[in-house]
Amino acid sequence: MTTGEVLAGRAYRESTTSRRLEFRRQLGYFLLLLPTLLLLLVLFVYPIVRLIVTSVYDGNHFTLEHYRRIVEVDLYLRVLQTTFTIALQVTLLCLILGYPLAYFLATLRARTARLLMILVLIPFWTSILVRTYAWMVLLQRQGVFNRWLLELGLIDEPLRMMYNRIGVLVGMTHVLLPFMVLPAYAVMRGIDRNLLRAAYNLGASPFQAFLMVFLPLSLPGVAAGSLLVFILALGFFITPALMGGRTDMMIAQLIETQIRTQLNFPFAAALAAVLLVITLVIFAIYNRLLGLDKMFGGGY
Amino acid sequence: MAETAAPLQRAAVATQPARRRWSIPWSRVILGLFSALVLLYLVAPVAIVIPMSFSAAKYLSFPPPGLSLQWYQNFFARADWTSATIQSIRVAFTVMILATVLGVAASLALVRGSFPGKDIVNLIIVSPLVVPAIIVAIAIYGIYVRLYLVQTFWGLVLAHTVLAVPYVVVNVSATLRGFDIRLEQAAQSLGANAWQTFRYVTLPMISPGIFAGAVFAFIASFDELIVALFIAGARGRTLPMRMFEGLRMEIDPTIAAVSSMLITFSVLVLASAEFARRRSRGD
Repeated sequence: MTTGEVLAGRAYRESTTSRRLEFRRQLGYFLLLLPTLLLLLVLFVYPIVRLIVTSVYDGNHFTLEHYRRIVEVDLYLRVLQTTFTIALQVTLLCLILGYPLAYFLATLRARTARLLMILVLIPFWTSILVRTYAWMVLLQRQGVFNRWLLELGLIDEPLRMMYNRIGVLVGMTHVLLPFMVLPAYAVMRGIDRNLLRAAYNLGASPFQAFLMVFLPLSLPGVAAGSLLVFILALGFFITPALMGGRTDMMIAQLIETQIRTQLNFPFAAALAAVLLVITLVIFAIYNRLLGLDKMFGGGY
Repeated sequence: MAETAAPLQRAAVATQPARRRWSIPWSRVILGLFSALVLLYLVAPVAIVIPMSFSAAKYLSFPPPGLSLQWYQNFFARADWTSATIQSIRVAFTVMILATVLGVAASLALVRGSFPGKDIVNLIIVSPLVVPAIIVAIAIYGIYVRLYLVQTFWGLVLAHTVLAVPYVVVNVSATLRGFDIRLEQAAQSLGANAWQTFRYVTLPMISPGIFAGAVFAFIASFDELIVALFIAGARGRTLPMRMFEGLRMEIDPTIAAVSSMLITFSVLVLASAEFARRRSRGD
């Protein structure tokens, strides 16, 4: 055996042992992942797959009857329409209220902005039920706003601000606004101010500089916030259930009543499948545009 | 680039204050006022609940006509409220521990490991955050009925853990990615085994992420209503379920007292999370 052969043999042996070591390391990682993966497969993926199967398979054969019902019955179509309209309205309201606020916070010194951000984070961390309760107390017939307005003589009889669309929009926008402000603010903070100065220097007015430099650069944050608000609004249950009108039902409420009062599981499953597909499509758009890692727990 | 940018910047800095001095920045004033109103909209409803919970009136009004602790007394005297609160704390605490252990292990695997299907696993783990709660609720209800897990403590804990794990994974993964792997390699070259490396090097470094994830996990379970509504049952009723009942029938003023305590709790949690984050960054 030449020295070369000996060295080659040793290199071969070393590479197999290191490969084996590497395999063991990866196996170790996989074992760390296994409990979480099993939990999610058994209690999340499988139940949802089964739910979808229930909506198209009645135990003996394949059927699209439940989906046909969604499309053919006016009441159900109207629920879908209401759901989309409300989600869109809430997203627009969050945009109108959230963009200027995020912009203003981004122009402040970081320290001041962080202090004011606490005012966004306190409601964000407060239970939705608590916030909905607060709005109910303010907006109801005998509520705080109506009493103030009556005492001031601005109105003669209480306004209806709840159990209708107004209440739902006010309450849902309040819950979802932080989901717009936080990503928008995070992106706006990262915009290089020198770019704006350069624009001024090239003769742009503040408004032009905003429109042509700042706005396009802030779009990723705004898009992230809008998609997130829209997805979350589509599946909303608590606020419309407590503050909405009887004729203004959203899809999550319909699913709940189908199960709890009608006991119609397959039909509820079909509705859930429709909601799921819409949500996942938007989720996929989000992922394509911005990446999922930006979605939660980052930024602020 | 840098050479051309520097004079530009200086020129801009030189012209900027001169322009500001002789005109009131109206657009800025309007923007500030608008932002103040939006912040008021966000905070005022939450803030107004606290003084109202001390109201002496039978009906909730603001400002309260007199002060009393009647709603707090009502809360602590009534078994339906206290037992729901205790149940929520028990569930949320168990979920927090389970989700944190599972989530930290999964994050290590997802950030450090490389195995086929990692992207799909990542996607599965975060998706409970975006799939509407009502879908998760009826899907889990559908299989719990057959597994006899409806109306059980562990049934609710496991379902909430599914919803809480993503928060832990997202937070812990973020800190793990920002952490220099050479520190672990250094520990191992000095003779530490895998467990020792984790215990004495990795764990202390990622503890802020774990803390944040655990807090999120606790809140995710403690505030969760919809899944609980389907699977908890009347005997295992949680605090959000009790509140929902109280809001659906007539608006029970006891909820003002509950809400005030919950708001105080979330402010404390927020403050401690912020404190932990600052301490970890050392500023």
